[in-house]
Amino acid sequence: MTPDHAAIQFWPVAASVKAVETDELILAFTVLTLALTVPVFIAITWFALRYREGSEADRSPSGIRSNLIEISWMLIPFLLTLIFFAWGAQLFVQSRNAPPDAMVVEAVGRQWMWKFQHATGQSEINDLHLPIGQPIKMRIISQDVIHALYLPAVRMQVAALPDRYTEMWFKADKVGTFHLYCSEYCGTDHSVMGGKVTFMNPGDYQDWLVHAGAQQGKVAAGRVLYQAYGCAGCHEPGSPVGAPGFAGLYGSKVQLADGRTVTADDGWLRDKILNPNGDKLAGGGKQVMPSFAGRIPEDDLGRIIDFIKAYPGTGQSAEATR
Amino acid sequence: MSASGTVEGAAHREPHSPEATIGRKPDYLHAESTLRSWFLATDHKRIAILYLVSITGFFVIGALAAGVVRLALVVPNGAIMSNDTYNKAFTIHGVVMVWFFLIPSIPATFGNFLIPLMIGAKDLAFPKLNLTSWYVFMAGALFTLVSVVLGGVDTGWTFYAPLSTAFSNTWVLPALIGVTIVGFSSILTGLNFVVTIHTMRAPGMTWFKLPIFVWTHYATSLIFLLATPVITTALILLIAERAFHVGVFDPAFGGDPVLFQHLFWFYSHPAVYIMVLPGMGVISEIVPAFARKKLFGYRFVAYASIGLASVTFFVWGHHMFINGQSDLASLVFSSLSFAVAVPSAVKVYNWTATIHKGSLRLDTPMLYAMGYIGLFVLGGLTGLYLATLAINQHVHATYFVVAHFHYIMVGGTVLAFLGGLHFWWPKFTGRMYSEPWGRVSALLIFLGFNVTFFPQFILGYLGMPRRYATYPPEFQLLNVLSSAGATILAAGYIFPMLYLVYSLWFGRKAPANPWDAKGLEWETSSPPPTLNFVSPPEVPRIPYDYPIQATESKDQHR
Repeated sequence: MTPDHAAIQFWPVAASVKAVETDELILAFTVLTLALTVPVFIAITWFALRYREGSEADRSPSGIRSNLIEISWMLIPFLLTLIFFAWGAQLFVQSRNAPPDAMVVEAVGRQWMWKFQHATGQSEINDLHLPIGQPIKMRIISQDVIHALYLPAVRMQVAALPDRYTEMWFKADKVGTFHLYCSEYCGTDHSVMGGKVTFMNPGDYQDWLVHAGAQQGKVAAGRVLYQAYGCAGCHEPGSPVGAPGFAGLYGSKVQLADGRTVTADDGWLRDKILNPNGDKLAGGGKQVMPSFAGRIPEDDLGRIIDFIKAYPGTGQSAEATR
Repeated sequence: MSASGTVEGAAHREPHSPEATIGRKPDYLHAESTLRSWFLATDHKRIAILYLVSITGFFVIGALAAGVVRLALVVPNGAIMSNDTYNKAFTIHGVVMVWFFLIPSIPATFGNFLIPLMIGAKDLAFPKLNLTSWYVFMAGALFTLVSVVLGGVDTGWTFYAPLSTAFSNTWVLPALIGVTIVGFSSILTGLNFVVTIHTMRAPGMTWFKLPIFVWTHYATSLIFLLATPVITTALILLIAERAFHVGVFDPAFGGDPVLFQHLFWFYSHPAVYIMVLPGMGVISEIVPAFARKKLFGYRFVAYASIGLASVTFFVWGHHMFINGQSDLASLVFSSLSFAVAVPSAVKVYNWTATIHKGSLRLDTPMLYAMGYIGLFVLGGLTGLYLATLAINQHVHATYFVVAHFHYIMVGGTVLAFLGGLHFWWPKFTGRMYSEPWGRVSALLIFLGFNVTFFPQFILGYLGMPRRYATYPPEFQLLNVLSSAGATILAAGYIFPMLYLVYSLWFGRKAPANPWDAKGLEWETSSPPPTLNFVSPPEVPRIPYDYPIQATESKDQHR
């Protein structure tokens, strides 16, 4: 079931053994919770009705020894809940110790996107493609604030810290596309920092690595970066700032304020992003763009330029480049 | 409750009370009527009223912010407001509700007003310190409100570094300074209560004759004193890092971001019990009064209060199971967290046993108390779900957590606050509120609360992360349901504000003991005179000396 198709769910999809076990644990715990609470709720309601002021109920002392009853209602629920401590702890320890044959995938969080790099070098942004039946170990780190990688389908989340690696491993067993989130609040676009994880048959995954994996990145990844670095906020048509758009820009001749004309090629676009104050455009628009020198790493610059290159011509929405 | 009446007018409005009224001094509300007499008051009762008015104001601010949050979440795509606006709204909601409503709510108002009355004292040990604590509180509030007026904060009430120190472009510093200052107010209040309870009990008022309300406030005060300095330190370090780039938490300056979480939760988990314990004290007063029966298991309930205040210092790591804490630490913190269930169960089962074979009156305070018990039980047990490591890996930082702590904070503390407000309203103001309106509002709040927050347990387990301005469309139905519940809840909050204020002028005059309740606060007039008691109160033989006594309690008043 893809997340887009479900109008309403009452139980999340389980795509790993750990997910099924976690569900069993919480259902069993709920049975105990009901066993402990329903009697209290019934008792309170029943007492409230039966012992209303003026009712004919028997109010003679029951003669129960209070110490015995106090100790029993202290210890019995406690010992029963300890079963769930042990059960949860056992699952937790399993989920913390990855098998040695796990495939390592790097995950890097930054405001506000996830970058993933596969063992074979292919990288993706926000989306993640993984094989089923194979233990996957995510090695997670953040470039700025604390984030957390959360994959509800496998019932796992782990913080991405800025100063050390954290790990999360799972073995998916269900083909499908599921949510991938950031679950540690990280600022403005926290709720947008995520995408989809797609679990595929190992053969399809190999195929994806060879074909889609190499290509998928560039333009789609550039689009995510174009949003993530805030370019879209000013450069997207209809934005309040009204910064120059990118439709038909790549390769065209650009008129500069000092009378020169330059060709908008890769190098010029890169310079303009890193040093917007240089090469002022003709037309007298006020230069308000901040410099991105030192803020966008080279690999991301390359992807953004690829995105601008592929930016659809006039009349089309940038949506088409997805 | 403002000082509208003159001294003569006050004498005229004196409520019916058992003591002779001729030659008596007017009650505390009418003793003086100038603004100065309120703003420089050292009477614990007047300071309690100052706090009550202030925290009600903050509750309104926090509730409005919650309204903004629920409004935004009616649609999944964030079309109603920008992500930044949403983030600021939930941050303000959290900061204001936690630090400016929940933490001072019951201790600084009811505790301030009632502890001296309940132990038969004239005032708190340090009246001027008490007034100082209110000014410190208001100074902290001022800084925080300045940050809101200037444009708000978007870090969440948890202020996690390095987001709060290096990345947020909002007004973090004034908010941090405000929260730091408020901590001192807590410390002063806690100190005052501890000294008062130790040294100012009336002759014959031994520890095991103290109402549970006083026991829970004693336990709360210990947490104020022992935990608050840690958050103060942590926040000062945060301020130093943000303002002066002193490297403590941000790895860019050689700091450790997880350290902040340890320091933060070392205070903020015990702070949960600062919010919960006083509420338990309120419920322990209301239930016996409306069951006409002695509190079941008095000593166990008293010890459980101290037990909760102790255990709570050893469980902070359960907020950090997925945050890079070592697995061994997580296992230890998980197991210790289950121990919290023991004293909590003691409380719940003893309240239920108190109702058993009582003679129940279902007046407004009792409705709140019964609602409290049900919601606290749900909130508490879902806390155990969260303490279970494997479940936590899934629902950590989802709406499951949001639902859980609202069951404790709103279902618990706010219901106890409202129950206590109705229970002691005649004592505070000398007026009776409208009982039918009270009952209707209590039921509305119970209904609205559950419609708002129960769907969030489901949302959380389905995997909706918290603090999301936008969310996948399949979660919309449950979010709309939650927002609809919030409107019912809002109505339930608005009614008491109206009929309680109305009662100040038009309510029936309250007798000294409208509920026929036990406890020294009911031995004096409503409202009490400035020095609380005209003649020294007689301490009863046993606490909760209600008509129905159970034989099982023979060991409780040795």
